[in-house]
Amino acid sequence: MTGAKPFDWRHTPGLSAYTALIFVFFYAPLLILVIYAFNSSRLVTVWAGFSFKWFVAVANNNSIRDAAFNSVIIAIVATIASTAIATAGALALERGRLRFGRSAATALIAMPLVVPEIVVAITTLIFFSGLGMHHGLINLMIAHTVFCIPFALLPIQARLRDMGGTLEEAGRDLYADEWRLFRRVTLPLLLPAISAGAIMAFVVSLDDFLISMMVSSAGSTTLPVYIYGMMRLGVTPEVNAISTILLAVSIVFVAAALLVGRRNRFA
Amino acid sequence: MTKWKEGLSGIALATAIMGAITTTALADAGELRIYNWTDYTSDEMIKKFEAETGVKVTIDTYDSNETALAKLSSGAAGYDVMIISNDFVPIFVKQKLFQEVDAGAMPNFKNVDPKWQHRSWDPDAKYTVPWVWGTTSYSVDTAVYKGPTDSLKPLFDPPAELKGKVGMFGSPTEVMSLALVYLGKDQCNSNPADLKELDALLEAQKPFVKVYNSDGIVERQVAGETVMHEQWSGKALATRQQKSTVKYVYPKEGVVGWMDNVAVPSTAPNVENAKKFLNFLMDPENIALQQKYTGYQSAIAGSNKYLAADIGGSPEFNPPADLKISFAPSCDEKAIRAYDRIWTNLRQ
Amino acid sequence: MGPNRTYLLIAPAMLVIGIFMVLPLFLAVAYSFMTANPYGGVTAPATFDAYLQFLYQRDFDDGLVFSPSYALIILRSIYLAIATTAICLVLGLPVAWYIVCQTPERRRILLFAVTLPFWINTLIRTYCWILILRDEGLANGALRHAGIISDPLPLLYNDGSILLGLVYTFLPFMVLPIYSTLERIDPRLIEAAHDLYASRAAVFRRIVWPLARPGALAGATLVFAPALGSFLAPDLLGGGKKLLIGSLIQMQFTSSRNWPFGAALSTVVTVVVLTVFVIRSRKAQEERR
Repeated sequence: MTGAKPFDWRHTPGLSAYTALIFVFFYAPLLILVIYAFNSSRLVTVWAGFSFKWFVAVANNNSIRDAAFNSVIIAIVATIASTAIATAGALALERGRLRFGRSAATALIAMPLVVPEIVVAITTLIFFSGLGMHHGLINLMIAHTVFCIPFALLPIQARLRDMGGTLEEAGRDLYADEWRLFRRVTLPLLLPAISAGAIMAFVVSLDDFLISMMVSSAGSTTLPVYIYGMMRLGVTPEVNAISTILLAVSIVFVAAALLVGRRNRFA
Repeated sequence: MTKWKEGLSGIALATAIMGAITTTALADAGELRIYNWTDYTSDEMIKKFEAETGVKVTIDTYDSNETALAKLSSGAAGYDVMIISNDFVPIFVKQKLFQEVDAGAMPNFKNVDPKWQHRSWDPDAKYTVPWVWGTTSYSVDTAVYKGPTDSLKPLFDPPAELKGKVGMFGSPTEVMSLALVYLGKDQCNSNPADLKELDALLEAQKPFVKVYNSDGIVERQVAGETVMHEQWSGKALATRQQKSTVKYVYPKEGVVGWMDNVAVPSTAPNVENAKKFLNFLMDPENIALQQKYTGYQSAIAGSNKYLAADIGGSPEFNPPADLKISFAPSCDEKAIRAYDRIWTNLRQ
Repeated sequence: MGPNRTYLLIAPAMLVIGIFMVLPLFLAVAYSFMTANPYGGVTAPATFDAYLQFLYQRDFDDGLVFSPSYALIILRSIYLAIATTAICLVLGLPVAWYIVCQTPERRRILLFAVTLPFWINTLIRTYCWILILRDEGLANGALRHAGIISDPLPLLYNDGSILLGLVYTFLPFMVLPIYSTLERIDPRLIEAAHDLYASRAAVFRRIVWPLARPGALAGATLVFAPALGSFLAPDLLGGGKKLLIGSLIQMQFTSSRNWPFGAALSTVVTVVVLTVFVIRSRKAQEERR
């Protein structure tokens, strides 16, 4: 230990290199995905030369664009709904006085994680059909909201557990009503966990195959359902192309959001 | 004040979205909703159908016969026509998931090749019209494997140098049906002695098998990951176009045949349009567009003449006349359970 | 918070999951006591056969014999899910800590960077891994080019590649919850600890880990349960040679057309895992008191 160096807790030797390695692990497949989007061969894994033809194919393919659009819409709705429900639920579980039913509530919330997907998929479909609900996208939004709840709830609950109640108690002395307390104290403190939960809910919804496959009806095919349907005839680089477009769009959106955030701070 | 305004605009937005969704969900009279595998419907053919009839076509997709069956038997509705493999047709019919459309009485039925007019899974063409068909055997890279290729023996009892170089399908029924052809036994077998033989054959083959997987076969063959792979005829043709040394084998024991069929689910909202589509498909010129797109044989006489010679005249498309083709029927419960047991133990 | 408001807050979660998941699931429990319809679905009569099938199978001559196949598949699945969770924790904790150590803006960028790959369909990302790992793939190509190996290493189609696929799929579910709990860390606490001559290890043990623990537990839940049921990595990266419980259950509803057995498997998995979760969460609750 060189005693002369000032101690900086933010810097752990080797950690940057380690994190960089993990990011290589995250991004190696992605790099390949983008490169192969420009492959002129019909086969996803055999390189045959550079070409834009799969982007042209996406532009001319209504089905794949509709599927991508359905997926994004469902993911947005399911994320908003499940995060709102989960925030309330987490507050109740950590801050509330549940005299009975705590174990039941814990079990119920973990349920969508635990029950095998195919079973959820089939029973949900039978349930909707039994009720005569054939609403395609709306059915999918409901089903997705259900399985997104635990992904949104668990990080919020963990954060609440860490926070303890001291700040809120101090706040309670200042603000009389609970709503203002929530808006001014609890919500800002919870925000990192709420956004982590929302991101996970979004990603899980966007990627879901089995439940979407069963619950979707005519006209509500999602991108994963479309992609899995390619397995018999062979997955083509068209999927790489639409994935690349999706990546680019999300990067542009987030970059814009960050820039706007920065400008507001300096204005 | 602002708070409830925000809330109100939120509700308004939600209502607008809901409204938009419900309107698109309402079927108008000129629609046809097809349920099929992805990339298995020719765009050109659909455009021709839309131009001729004025019906607007939408396509939804599924990933396998099995999930399509589970989905429809759980009450999914809204599809006007669906494509399904021969061994699943009797199941759908018995479960009352298809409606009778009497395809045999349609004007274009006369175009169906006589040998396909009485298909064992739909003998009187009451429910279905042929889509495309093909055979299942195996393809082998002759640049690597120099041995004889007249039999299923190299696939099921491979020479030592092919250890870890063989690929098989990922679906139990397709693996078992080809294995039963090799053993010369009946399909859908529930005879204990035959099943033990089948079990022993697949267990002995396992050390040679690199993967049990039905997708990405062309890729594995072209990359040289597998030298030998259980394969469909059309995909074998696609492989050969990438790597000319890959040969599709017509073994002396015979091959397994399959046909995908077009049927009308009993819950179809637009039955008349569905029937128009079925009749449209039995025109050789129309089905040729589909063949061109997917690269499989059709059951409509004279459609091959609309195809390019290197496809229409390819060995993959024209099996030898004396080839024994057995179409796998849908098996009874006893055989399914036995297959299931063999398959689970093989992969335990 | 009073009990009335508590129940009001938890009600939406309970209702949504209760109506759209638990209610339909009673059907699955009922199915597990029925007889399989050979064409899919179930028929009468009611029976315990499905549960018997865990350990006994009908052999080809129709006699009941003891068979450990299913037990083996279940044990292997649990082992792989636990290994996935442990690896995700070890890999994810330092990454979460690194992100917490950055400025707020860099934190946001890094968090986005962690989740960006997961916008892409898992199937497609799995294909990319096949491309990297196969015999003629990029990893073997690079190693051969560097002269390290002459014959390709068998990187694909084994338990290792299944594990890699699972870790890759679920790692963000560990990083994000840990990050969201660590983010609260008070720099003054660490600086004070340092002033008292605490080593890095002691700071980690006394300050960082206690803060990260609830996040790690949440992450473990979010990784373990989905990993247990996953079917894509075993089928594609494992080469379909080894069955895991996710594929096994799916098979019962599809190619095997044995819905009662699938429902029975699913019921048992659900009950066992939920019981573990509830016991664990009760313990956590008691520790806080």
